[in-house]
Amino acid sequence: MKKYAKTHEWVEVEDGKGRIGITDFAQKELGDVVFVELPEIGDEVKKGESFGTIESVKAASDLYAPVSGEVVEVNNAVVDKPQIVNEDPEGKGWMIVVEMSDPSELDDLMTEEEYKESIEEE
Amino acid sequence: MLKETPLIEVHKRYGGKIVDFAGWAMPIQYSSIIEEHMAVRERVGLFDVSHMGEIDVTGRDAAKLVNMLITNDISKMKVKQAKYSPMCYENGGIVDDLLVYKLADDHYLLVVNAGNTDKDYNWILDRAKGMDVTVKNESPNYIQLAIQGPKSEELLSKLMDVDLSAIKYYHFDLGKLSGDGVFAEGIISRTGYTGSDGFEFYTKEVDKAEAVWDLIMSAGKEYGIEPCALGARDTLRLEAGMLLYGHDIDENHTPVQADILWTVKLNKDNFIGKDALKKEVENGPAIKLYGMEMLDKGVPRQHYEIYKDGEKVGDITSGTFAPYLKKYIAMGYIKSGVVDLGDEVQIKIRNKFLKARIVEKPFYKRR
Repeated sequence: MKKYAKTHEWVEVEDGKGRIGITDFAQKELGDVVFVELPEIGDEVKKGESFGTIESVKAASDLYAPVSGEVVEVNNAVVDKPQIVNEDPEGKGWMIVVEMSDPSELDDLMTEEEYKESIEEE
Repeated sequence: MLKETPLIEVHKRYGGKIVDFAGWAMPIQYSSIIEEHMAVRERVGLFDVSHMGEIDVTGRDAAKLVNMLITNDISKMKVKQAKYSPMCYENGGIVDDLLVYKLADDHYLLVVNAGNTDKDYNWILDRAKGMDVTVKNESPNYIQLAIQGPKSEELLSKLMDVDLSAIKYYHFDLGKLSGDGVFAEGIISRTGYTGSDGFEFYTKEVDKAEAVWDLIMSAGKEYGIEPCALGARDTLRLEAGMLLYGHDIDENHTPVQADILWTVKLNKDNFIGKDALKKEVENGPAIKLYGMEMLDKGVPRQHYEIYKDGEKVGDITSGTFAPYLKKYIAMGYIKSGVVDLGDEVQIKIRNKFLKARIVEKPFYKRR
């Protein structure tokens, strides 16, 4: 199952874990990504709160957690080569995996269809 | 209501992302800032810079007026030469930085920053009172295109009727650009704001703007030309250590502080700001603009604070990821006498103190 936040992050759920990244729409809006800062394994992230920073040539933006939980994996590849986020935002450009503390948080998020509709309105 | 250049429809057609830049609706990027940046460093890029202001000064006192307004010296300039200079207030603060084109002994064209055009025009009009001179704001009557990159001469040679190889850096010629049934006359100068070799073309044939743009784009195809926008213009100029008004220089900073003393000719007769600048050179400026390169990973940006040994010593004025150098670079004012080339400083980025080193400007220098 894959769900989307208004703040343009996606979360893909498997076995109670959520893999998190930013959407293709978001990377297009940002432009060339030149810096990514992520939490460390063991850190707690909270739904709706910043878990890291992403910077394009133009500006710095916060990354918001779509769900709460403990960070169990961090994609250091996007820290070393931030352009991966532009090249494959919903694949190789994932950022963290969290062990979800409250799976019911997923209910507030959008389906792919709902997200697509929401960005068409922007 | 934002002002538009005659090329606004072209920008949309090429997929440009339009933003408000100094009151102008201008593209910030087409494909990607990094791709556009690299096109200019390695091949050729085409920019619409028609938002820039053009102020025409003619008459018997034209040279006298211009030389009084600016800190650089135009008295030895030849016709078809261009010069970069700050224009200062009496206190040495900078009104604007501009290019002077000498069209004739009694005719100069001043090319000024878009956001400063009205301010500059009024400032110049006021200073021109009682002089035998006509000052005209010609900005709406010009389109300006920048063709920048190592392939720019080869590309433009196919279209221009003048020998471009004979035009030296900061010189220009008057010529005709033609092809595919399109032609436009104007000024072609070997100048630019990118640090790469390149040209700028000014024409008053505003109704031909789109046709000229399309002509250059199609003739440039074989050289891998890219349309380039303001985002790349900013990273290119910063990588080349060039100053941006409103960021690195403004009315609160002087050319002495901005480390462009080569543009201040204290030996020339009276010019506006001379006394203040002379005094500042004698006493030494309180702050100076330095170049920095990040040692830790982080993007330095305007207004970030600079620290040395735990004490705040300055502020960043411009910073970015430099696409060609692949480094994070910045410029900023630092208190005099605190740092030397090679010294380590810290830049405060989101409450972290990240290491940077003082380096020479420009960061990028073409061979």
